[in-house]
Amino acid sequence: MIKVENLSKYFGKVKAVQGISFEVEEHENLILLGTSGCGKTTTLKMINRLIEPTSGKIFIDGKNILEQQPEVLRRGIGYVLQNNGLFPHYTVSENIAIVPQLLKWDKKRIEKRIAELLEKLHLSKNHLQAYPSELSGGQQQRVGLARALVADPPVLLMDEPFGALDNVTRSKIQAEFKALDELKKKTIIMVTHDVQEAFELGDRICLMGKGEIIQNGTPSELLFKPKNDFVKEFLKEQRLLLEFKTITVKSLWHLLSNEEIKGRRPGILVDYKADLWTVLERATFFNAERLNMANLETKEIKTVSFETLMSAFYQYQKGHSHE
Amino acid sequence: MNEQQQTLWDFMHQQSGKLAEQTIQHIGLTFISLCIAVLIGLPLGVFISRRQQFSGAILGVAGVLQTIPSIALLGFMIPVLGIGAKPAIAALLLYALLPIIRNTFTGITGVDAAVKEAAVAMGMSKWQVLKKVELPLAMPVIFAGIRTATVITVGVATLASYIAAGGLGEFIFGGISLNNTNMILAGAIPAALLAILFDFLLSRLQKLNLKKLKTATKILPLLLISLSSFYWIPSAYGSKLKAGFTPEFMGRRDGNLGLQSKYGLHIRTVVISDAVMYKAAYQKQLDVISGYSTDGRLRAYNLVTLKDDKGIFPPYYAAPIVRENSLKKFASLEKILNLLADKINDSTMTALNYQTDYLHQSPEKVAKDFLVSHKLWRPAQNGNEGVVRIGSKIFGEQYILANMYSMLIKGYSNYDVATKTGLGGTKICFDALTNDQIDLYPEYTGTGLLAILQPSVKVIDAVSTSSEATYNYVKDGFEKKYNIKWLAPIGFNNAYALMMRRQQAKKLNIKTISNLKRYLDNR
Repeated sequence: MIKVENLSKYFGKVKAVQGISFEVEEHENLILLGTSGCGKTTTLKMINRLIEPTSGKIFIDGKNILEQQPEVLRRGIGYVLQNNGLFPHYTVSENIAIVPQLLKWDKKRIEKRIAELLEKLHLSKNHLQAYPSELSGGQQQRVGLARALVADPPVLLMDEPFGALDNVTRSKIQAEFKALDELKKKTIIMVTHDVQEAFELGDRICLMGKGEIIQNGTPSELLFKPKNDFVKEFLKEQRLLLEFKTITVKSLWHLLSNEEIKGRRPGILVDYKADLWTVLERATFFNAERLNMANLETKEIKTVSFETLMSAFYQYQKGHSHE
Repeated sequence: MNEQQQTLWDFMHQQSGKLAEQTIQHIGLTFISLCIAVLIGLPLGVFISRRQQFSGAILGVAGVLQTIPSIALLGFMIPVLGIGAKPAIAALLLYALLPIIRNTFTGITGVDAAVKEAAVAMGMSKWQVLKKVELPLAMPVIFAGIRTATVITVGVATLASYIAAGGLGEFIFGGISLNNTNMILAGAIPAALLAILFDFLLSRLQKLNLKKLKTATKILPLLLISLSSFYWIPSAYGSKLKAGFTPEFMGRRDGNLGLQSKYGLHIRTVVISDAVMYKAAYQKQLDVISGYSTDGRLRAYNLVTLKDDKGIFPPYYAAPIVRENSLKKFASLEKILNLLADKINDSTMTALNYQTDYLHQSPEKVAKDFLVSHKLWRPAQNGNEGVVRIGSKIFGEQYILANMYSMLIKGYSNYDVATKTGLGGTKICFDALTNDQIDLYPEYTGTGLLAILQPSVKVIDAVSTSSEATYNYVKDGFEKKYNIKWLAPIGFNNAYALMMRRQQAKKLNIKTISNLKRYLDNR
């Protein structure tokens, strides 16, 4: 879907991005992760040509975007900014209608589409005539997302979309974001410096440093097959949490054996694909003793205790850290 | 000052036609200039916000233009654009330019970078970003710039009357020259009110909320253009020759009023500053001007005076006028000042003025050369027995006289001298004298009679027939009323005169004011 070849950007003598290449599959969610100044935002902005590359090629759907007219290219790519970038002098509905108007949609079509999006993004119709300054930070960010999605672009670029929100609002919006159907059909490139966010939202993570790609892989590849010390160091502080969030019941299946558990406390049904963090949260919440899980492929059913699950986790962890 | 004095309201009522015309001209001048300034300043501001490497240079030039004294800027315009509306508008718009360019620049560069980036990222073209995002968001700041420019322009437009462009300055500067407070206020109060009114209206426009801002942005150009058209409403009378009179001459009985009542002379007239009037006549932009008979530029620009065959211009013999208190304080002052009595006649004074006004010699040098050649000069004694303060009005002849008195006092006494030259018109000089800011200045008998004492018409007609009668009348009057003494006359008579180019006067065979009137009537 998106293919970046040997892309570089120099600002004078500063080499912001140096010859990077990567690909993003259709409907995949790629995270550009790194500390500030690593070139991740520069990379993102070259994809909708807010920044012109010094050298290299970018293809979207096989077409070289550097040969397209920038305005036309941009109307087909959704863009979400950290500080939402809403027009303060436009109402919410005017803000959302910007791209459709550039594309010369008729009025009815625009209205219909806006109504549809409002519902999906949990915004009230009363907000339509409000100005951005009258909304909360979370609502502003939702409007920003609606604006990017309104013309249904196949590609979405997001520059630290949740960076300006407080922690509570952020996790709420992240959860909504994960659940949003609209986004599942999009090819997304998102920039963040937040490791947790990257692991939670990314199908793949491209860890960058000093304008280069250090490692490009799935979250568990980054955790358990780090390419070098830089990657290890980068993830060190939140390692345990990330492991809980990355390892699923499915990946521990072969380490778990069925048990007979007698006790009065309740049992819960655990999703086979769920990560350990979610399982732990639910088990704690219900004060559960038995965890019942079903392998969707083999139709095998296992019941294990909390302790068994944890020891399987440590075993898994050990096995991988030896590699 | 006396029972004849009318109230300001009476004056404004009596002159309401003129006041309305001047106000309309003033509004017109202001807004034509403002309109053009916006048309130039806004694109320039946008340009330098795009190419910031030029911003320093362009803001610098606009800043320098702003620091040029307004009257000088008007002066610079005359060789290029002549006199009248064109140079006035050009000068005013140059003044209005800086706040507009700077605020446009500041406004546009101050637009939130994230908003601009979002606009570009959504696929807006550069023009769309400017029109839909940058200009609307910068509008409050741009508006503030236009407000500043409006207030500046309303103020500076009063000076337009110096170069025959009309406006409320005609009353203000006429009033200063004529020592007529009502006249000054009749110009100054409306000008101040205009400034306040326009500032208020624009501030209302500026404070409209974002929604209404779109409408406001459309209203502004309409408003500017419609107000600009005001300027072209008046001015619809014509004659073969065009006259340029100073604001002072326009309002005086021994000036334009006398020309109209005694000669029945009606000529197309513009009001213009004395500083540019002679040159405008020389450059054929004016045909008849009101000058002073000893002015050096008469000779420099080859002009002739028309004979005042009905005697409407009273004698204007020059003499120093001194505070009685100062004469007591500086015992030998009177004797020293009288050293110049009867030493300078009309042609001598014209020659001296010619040296300063046209040959550009300094008044000091001209004064010293004269004193030396008449064996009056003595080296300064650098005394310290007190300081004599000499004032002068703001033209060359007065500078020369002030310098002569200064040198004589320094050479013949142990007093030191402080000169306060360039004190504007009669009113400013005379007020300085009565308020003990200066000790003496050279004054003219006619001015003392008509501008300061302002007796009844009967008295004026009676005393202005002879130069001695005028002198004695003002001498008595000043002594009684103000404790100010007229010393012996210097000798020359710097009366008002109508002047024309020598060639044109010869060609049309005009020698007297009556000739001029006959020529104008025979069209």
